[in-house]
Parts: sequence; structure tokens; C-alpha cells
Amino acid sequence: MKLLSWFRSVAAQLSRSRIEHEMDEELRSHIQHRADDLERTGMDRAAAERRARIEFGGQQKFKEECREALGVTLVDTLVQDARFSLRVLRKSPGFAVTAVVTLALGIGANAIVFSVLNAFILRPLDVPEPESLYQIERGKDKAGSQSYPDYVDLRDRNRSFDDLAAFSFALVGLDTGNNPTRAWAQSVSGNFFDALRIRPHLGRFFHGSDDRGPNSAPYIVLGHSYWHTRFQDDPGVVGRVVRLNKHPYTVIGVAPPEFHGVLMFFTPDLYVPLVNEEQLEGSTDLNHRGVHWIFMVMGHLKAGVTREQAVADLNSIGSYLEKTYPKEVGQMTFTLARPGLYGDFLGPVVQAFLIGLMMLAALILLAACANLGSLFAARAADRSREVALRLALGASRARVLRQLFTEAVLIALVGGAVGVSGGIVLLRGLSTWQPFTRFPIHVPVTPDATVYVVALLVTLASGFLFGAVPVRQTLRTNPYEIIKAGSTGMLVRRVAIRDVLLVVQIAICAVLITSSFVAVRGLIRSMHSHFGFEPQDALLVDTDLSTGGYNEKSAAGMQKRMIDAIEKIPGAQAVGVIDQPPLWAGWSTESIYTDQTTDLRPANAVAQPVVYRISPGYFQAAGTALLSGRLFTWHDDADAPRVAVVNQEFARRIFGSITNAIGGYYKVREGARIQVVGVVEDGKYTSFAESPHLAMFYPTLQSPTNSTWLVVRSNRDPQELTATIRSTLRELDSGVPFSIDTWNHELESGVVLFGPRMATASLGVLGAMGAMLSVTGIFGLAAYSLSKRKRELGIRMALGAQRKDVLWAALGRALRLLAVGSAAGLLLGILASRVLAAIVYQASPRDPVVLAGAVVAMALLGLLGTWIPAQRALTLNPLMLLREE
Amino acid sequence: MSPQAQLLPGTLDLLILKAVSLGPLHGYGVLLRIEQISGRALLVEQGALYPALFRLVRQGLLKASWGTSENNRRAKFYELTAAGRKRLREEADGWNRLAAAIASALAAEPEEI
Repeated sequence: MKLLSWFRSVAAQLSRSRIEHEMDEELRSHIQHRADDLERTGMDRAAAERRARIEFGGQQKFKEECREALGVTLVDTLVQDARFSLRVLRKSPGFAVTAVVTLALGIGANAIVFSVLNAFILRPLDVPEPESLYQIERGKDKAGSQSYPDYVDLRDRNRSFDDLAAFSFALVGLDTGNNPTRAWAQSVSGNFFDALRIRPHLGRFFHGSDDRGPNSAPYIVLGHSYWHTRFQDDPGVVGRVVRLNKHPYTVIGVAPPEFHGVLMFFTPDLYVPLVNEEQLEGSTDLNHRGVHWIFMVMGHLKAGVTREQAVADLNSIGSYLEKTYPKEVGQMTFTLARPGLYGDFLGPVVQAFLIGLMMLAALILLAACANLGSLFAARAADRSREVALRLALGASRARVLRQLFTEAVLIALVGGAVGVSGGIVLLRGLSTWQPFTRFPIHVPVTPDATVYVVALLVTLASGFLFGAVPVRQTLRTNPYEIIKAGSTGMLVRRVAIRDVLLVVQIAICAVLITSSFVAVRGLIRSMHSHFGFEPQDALLVDTDLSTGGYNEKSAAGMQKRMIDAIEKIPGAQAVGVIDQPPLWAGWSTESIYTDQTTDLRPANAVAQPVVYRISPGYFQAAGTALLSGRLFTWHDDADAPRVAVVNQEFARRIFGSITNAIGGYYKVREGARIQVVGVVEDGKYTSFAESPHLAMFYPTLQSPTNSTWLVVRSNRDPQELTATIRSTLRELDSGVPFSIDTWNHELESGVVLFGPRMATASLGVLGAMGAMLSVTGIFGLAAYSLSKRKRELGIRMALGAQRKDVLWAALGRALRLLAVGSAAGLLLGILASRVLAAIVYQASPRDPVVLAGAVVAMALLGLLGTWIPAQRALTLNPLMLLREE
Repeated sequence: MSPQAQLLPGTLDLLILKAVSLGPLHGYGVLLRIEQISGRALLVEQGALYPALFRLVRQGLLKASWGTSENNRRAKFYELTAAGRKRLREEADGWNRLAAAIASALAAEPEEI
């Protein structure tokens, strides 16, 4: 296809030059014949030929008409116009570069946002027949989760779906021979692949018939990308027996490359049967109708069944379940949703966000076009003499306009090409980007043909848009007036829409720049503030003992052995275990009751503190200060009375004071009385920006946990220490996969800072866009007013005006607008930062560095925008100007 | 004023078709033939002939081939195609009707009304 059109264009090119050649020859032949005739009347040959040529008239003009008659002209004139435009643009590189960069940013932003929109919203999920695939949502809240028994009932009793599949997640330890590593598994129903109509890339898949009760199906299907990275595409892996959480499993197949489950942003490493949950997670809820741990249930509607019919069918099953299991199940009404973005949970949010972003990007491009339009108008004003001359020489207005548009579209095309290529690079990065090293979450956006077509259309549209701004001006050009009098151009003094637009742009830019400075400062400061533990000089060893085959009973003993072993490493000052570190991705809370409460209903709880399970030694290792009482010892075990350490806020709010808290009791849901034995300082637990939270700590021996984070405090070189810890733990049990990182890095790359970091980054990007708009806007306005007043300035200079007066006269208007816009923007920015403080901890606008930074930034933008016009104003030559005009 | 008349717009094509219908001609030959058959009354601007010729070729009314002229020079000869012949007939009829109508209109005397 491509080759064919290439040949065609080459052929057209060849035939065009042949036509040109023939045309030349034919005209020559005509003149020769005429000269022959003239010669016969007695003229000598040279005179005859001269006479013949004169009689013939303007050859070029007739050739042009011939070309037109042949219909080849459109492309030719386009090429001519393009050549001419390139020549003109080369003469004003400042203008060309500004325009191209502006458009590259504007169009690039649109291409990127549209690609994401396209990947997530417009393009269907990459599974066979995505249009009939729905997930089932439960109840008023449209929860995607279900319990396993409910799923089985829905699957077996419905008459609307071809089949219903279910899946959940499990973090597992995979050992292919003394190398246990953690992998993200999707635990799926046996019929999962069949219900989704997926065919294996290699080997086979498990089927519904493999579900024969708990732990009956020790099979693994590998995800394609995991097969690639972990097994180097080795087809021999099919049939191999590996260890999953220390249990033998057989790898039976590999999923096809385009398939990564039904969630768009999550790529599981492998797929294992759901019925093996106990081996996967250390405990099982397969028989619990009240526990909704199945993440999603979905399937293809039967041919001819509508959504309404399916919902009615599901609801009748729901009312049966409500009647049969009144204690276990809640509201069992159902709705259907698309699975790719987890139905109504994420879908509408993502959609609204992306559409908002798309509109923002379009607005940015629109503003950019408006600015470029005024730049173009300035150029058109400068070139009015040239245009007038061309019109006077007989060029049609259409031809002049076509040339101007060619120039605009040419700039747009170059800008668009640069923008889209930049966008592709960024999108590649985005596609391989894993925001969290710990979770296989990624954003699969690869631009497809739709994106390129849209980008091209947007490019052409913006070219025509800003090219159209000077059209009226050009159409009004009266060649005689202009050549006689020079470009007079009345100076418009009143406030134009263009000015308002520019002020708004500058103000928005100032808001964004102020806010992003505030955010960056806040982010830096929040990394250096105190949050109840000391991440400096601490390593975190993260493991889940269930991935090594331990259960809650055997975990505590293993944790003690790990602590003991690491404590012996030279340089390890303190070691302790916590179930999950504060300010990490997750946290859990528990209701507590005063000691006097006897009716332990949820409504009677006094507070919902966050709860951590820790080993003795944790507080020393974490660097959390004990304010009063004692810390845990290894004697606080299952046989001893239940105890807790609480934070200061807990002590103050529940007991009134720290001294009252020590020795005091509170109750938990199951009715157990818990004695407070120690009070530690407050900290940050769920986010940097949170207000003080109540927190309580239980000893791991009394409330055991598989989830294990070892905190190791040491001022030894982290890399060296990491290696030693690694070998020590391997020696202890080589079957437990773990990862080691510094606490600082864990915090920086963690989920808690993700929001603030993203907010800061997006503000930065938007600030850069705003800066770009402001610069082109100021540039456009300054260039335009300079062009319009060149003559006046020339006279002033001739009459002895100082350079500074000339500069002010030329640029004053632009600078005044800059000042107004910046002032408004700074003020708004300071107000907006209050909102920002909710996302980025310690983001304070009352920071001299931020204010000074924002002012300097705006001044720099002004300097940048007026640089070229200022240069031109300073090099104006009054003599030349006055003579010329 | 010259005794030669200016061409009415649209009549050049008709004249070219007529000239070529009398036998294949090169461009300069077409010019001479029109002069000849109009009794030197019609003047065709030399350069303006070619765009018209090209247009007629493109419309498929004429076809062109290279050959050697009576002066022993290489030249491009035009001849009528079947479509050209048909068009010539139609246009000639139309022109004759128009000419007759205008002539009759101009000949009208007051008493005839």
C-alpha cells in the first residue's frame, strides 16, 4: 500500500518534469516557425527570432496558464509556497523557533493526553469480543467484590452469561530452585481463561473441571511478560514443577502476550487457581459467605441477552440468597459494568479526570494558537509592504492568503511533528513506568493510528486557526495606500480582548508557578521533618512469612530467630519487627472501647486508632522515643496479660494524660481488656498531611502476623549491611523471599509520597505550559505593538528620544500587562496553596523563598518574551525607517 | 484601429477545433489556419493559444503527437478525436443559432414589430 503510493508520487514527479520539458520544446518550436516566416519577409535570423519572442509575449505567464490547464498546478504552487515560506521563516529564526516550540508543547500535550484517553476509555479491552464482557457489581455501593460461595451461586444459577469467572490477588513466593522471589499472582477461577475466550501461548490452561475443592489444583499459568523476564522465554518451562510458598506447583502454560487480565493497569506475573487460596495466603475464606475477598466476577453475556435481562436474572438469584442466608449476606442487588477500570469504582473517576485533562490540554493549545495568531498578525503588519507589492504586481489575494496559510501550516506541521515525537518518547516512558516497585501497576499506553490521525488533524486545525488571525488585515490591504504611505496602522489604545486573554494567561501561569514552588518546598521540607520515627540510618527488610510456607502460629518464632540473627551482625544497633511500617501503603484500624463499656457495639466505640503489631526492639530500631512506662519484652507473650503501647495522642484523648494512661485499661471488640504499659511520642501514620492520629502497638507474640518488616538501625554502609543481612537470612531459611531497602528510599518511592509527588510534578508540567504561553503571549503582543508603532518610534528617535524611552514606548504595554497578570496570579497562588497544603505536607505560601522565586520567575518570563522585540526596538534605524515609509 | 476583430470569450476553443478538423496541425499552424479561414479578420494572441490547446487535450477533444513540420522542424501536431468532432458539431450548431438570432435581432426594423 505504502509502496504503491510512493511509486505513484514518483511517477507523477517524473511525468511532471516530462510535461515541463515538452512544454518548453513546443513553445520553442512555435517561435522557430514564426521566425522562419519572419525570415522569409527578409529579416535576418537573429532579428527574426527576437521579434518572434516579443510577439509571443510573456512565456512564463503562458506556461503558468498551461500548467493550470493541465491541472498539475495545485501541488506545484503548494511546493512553491512551501519553499517560499521556508525562505521567509529562515530570515526570522526567533519567530520560527518560538512558534514551533509553542506548538510542539501544545500539540505534544494534546497527543499525550489523547493517547491515554484512547488507551483507557476509547479503546476496548484487549480480549476477544470485549463488547459483551461485563463485571457484576453488588449493592447500592456498586462493590465489585463478592464472597466465594456467592460467586459459585451466581455462576451456577444464572441463565444470562455464557460463563462467570472470578479472580482475586495474592502475593506469593515463587522458587524455581533455591531462588525464592515474590511474584504477584492473580488467583482465578478454573474457568477463567475459557470464560474470557483466551487461548494459551504455550502449553495449556486449567479449566473449570480442575476446581475440585481446596488446594486441588496446583497449577501455574505464567503471564507473558513474566515468562519473558523471569524465564527468558524458555519454552521448556512448561511442565516444570516449581515451589509456590514452598508447595509444589506445575507450570502448565503461558498466557498470550496481549493478555494481562481484565484490569488495564495491572499486569499479574502469574495465574493460579483460586481454590488453592489456603496455600496462597496462609488462610482460607472459601467457605465464608460474609467475606467479600473475590476481587471481581465477570463474564460474556449470552448472545441475544440484554443488560436489563441479565440484571433481572441476577437480582432474582440475589433475592434467593437474601432469603436463604439472611445472616451472612447484605443487600444482593446487582448491576453490570465494564471491567477494564474496575467498573464504577474507578471507571467514572478515570474518565472524568481524563476528559478534564483533555479539555485543559485543548485550552492550552487554543491559548497557544491565540498567541501565535497575534505573532502572525505582527508579522503580517511588518510585511504589509511586501504583500502590497505582490498585490500590485498582480498576485491574487487568494494566492497571497494561500501563501500565508502555507506558512502557518508549515510551522504547525513542524511543531506537530516535534510535539508528537516528544510525546511518543514520553508515552514509551509512561508505558514502562511502574509507579510502585512493589505492585505490578503500569499504564499501558501505546499510541496507535487513531492517535496519529488525531494529532495530524489537530496540527492542521491549529495551523489554520492561527493562520486565520491576520486574514482580515491582509484582505483589507490596499496596495496603493501602503506603498504610498507606508504601514500606518492605527494604534489601538483601548483594552482589547487580546490584552484580557494575555493577562488571564499570565495570571494562570503565575498561579501555577507559585503553587509548584510551594509544593516543591513543602515536599523537600516534609522529607526532613519529624514523623515519630527516624528513617535515616535504618534499613527495612520486607517479607511475608506466608510466602515461605509459614502460618500465623509459626511466624512469631521465625521473627524472633530473624531478629536474633541480625542483632549479631556487627554494627547492627537495634533490630525490631513491625507488621507494616507507618507511612507505608496500608494501615489498619480497630475500634476500641472504654474499660467501663459493656455493650461492645460499633456505635459505642470511643475511637478507631491505627494499630501496629511490633516485636520487642522495634521502637529502639525505629528511633521512636518512649515518653513514659515501659516497652515490650519477649515475656509479653500469649500466656501473659494483654498489653499495649500507645502514642501520646491516644493517652491524652482516652485517658486525659500520659500519667493516667500508664497502667490504664481499654477494651477491644472481642471484649478483651488491654493494659497500657507505655506511651511513645506521636508520629505520622497514614499520610504526611494528616492531623494527629491515635495509634496503638500490640506485641507480635500476643497478636501474631505473617507480614514482617524488619527495621535494622545501623550507621554502617547500607550496601554492605544489605549483603550481610541477605546472607544471614538465607542461612536461616533459604525459602523465604524478601527485599531490603533503606527506610529513606522506601519513603521517597512509597505510596504515601506518591500523591504529593504527582501533584508537584503535574503542577510543574502545567507551570511549564503556562510559562510557554506567557512567553509567546508577551512576545506576540510586544512584537505586534512594536510593528504598529515603528514609524512613530522612528520619528521619536529622529527627534532625539533616548533608547530607554523608545524601549518603554515599544514594550510598556506588554510589561504593564505582565505586571498586572503576575500580581493577580501571585495573590491567587497564595490562596490556592491553602488547598495544596491538604495534599503536600508543610506546603506554606508564606515563604519568602517561594515568593521571591515566583517573582523572579515571572520577571524572567517577561525578559524572555520581550527579548526579540527589545532587540529590534534598539536596532531601529530612524533614517531607514523614515525613508522607507 | 486594426481591421482585425477581438475574439469573443469562449470562441477560441471553437476556432481551434474547427482549424484542426481540417487536418492535423502544430500550434503555429493552428494560428495561421485560423487567420487564413477567418480571412485574416480574427486575431489570436500567440501565447494564449497554448493554454487553450492544453485544455482541449486534457478534455479529450484533441490528441497530440510529435512529428516533423513542413519547415523540417520538430513540432507537436494536434488532431481531432471523436469526442472533439462531436463537440465541434454541437458548438458550431449552437454558434450558428446564436449568430442567426443576433443577426435577425439586429436586422429588425420598426415596422416589423
